Amino acid sequence: MAIEVRIPTILRTYTDGAKSVDGEGGTLSALIDDLDGNHPGIKDRLVEDKSGSIDLRRFVNVYINDEDVRFIGGLEAELADGDQVVVLPAVAGG
Amino acid sequence: MLTIDQETYDAIVAHAKRDHPDEACGVVAGPEGSDRPERFIPMVNAAGSPTFYEFDSTELLQLYKEMDARDEEPVVVYHSHTATEAYPSRTDIGLASEPNAHYVLVSTREHGNSEGPVEFRSYRIVDGIVTEEDVTIAPQHEPQHAPQQDRLHTEEASTP
Repeated sequence: MAIEVRIPTILRTYTDGAKSVDGEGGTLSALIDDLDGNHPGIKDRLVEDKSGSIDLRRFVNVYINDEDVRFIGGLEAELADGDQVVVLPAVAGG
Repeated sequence: MLTIDQETYDAIVAHAKRDHPDEACGVVAGPEGSDRPERFIPMVNAAGSPTFYEFDSTELLQLYKEMDARDEEPVVVYHSHTATEAYPSRTDIGLASEPNAHYVLVSTREHGNSEGPVEFRSYRIVDGIVTEEDVTIAPQHEPQHAPQQDRLHTEEASTP
């Protein structure tokens, strides 16, 4: 079994229109690297360099089994086979 | 062009007036690919701010899961500006992430919480490009191609 990743509309240009793709990885960080291998460029839309270290972009929400990863370790949040990951851009503005 | 029914239009305006001076925000969902805004879903502005809005992250997930289960998409994403015109701000443009949605902006700067006309305008925001579009208000519960549709007259923004 793999990890199912739900892709938001705006990022489906990276997945040939697929609403969800499968990935692998023991942590969110590893999963994102794995996704980027199959869908080059997607990583850059999810993470950014924040004063020397890589972190999730402020306006990208990622959930593992319905939990916002910001509360469970961010990029280091652990993953297991069968987990479901959802990516949703923030709905926000000024 | 955005076609929206009177009841939904009124609900968006009422939400904007109610939350003034903070920004109000929400979604009108509709069947995927239909371009019909049918289900009004007001959201809490987690930022609780007169200059910023953001859906709460847990509620955002709930909303998208629900739309997914119903084969819906966000046809309209709306929010209010409470001190400036109903035009997307630089932040709005930078964060717009629904290329298929109509971004509706309501400005409550003229009358705040009180009765009175508001600016109600709609845009497409794709890859940082803003395109304003006409808004047509359709009578409630009419067939999709109702012969009679009222053109919306928005209050033009005046330069201070």
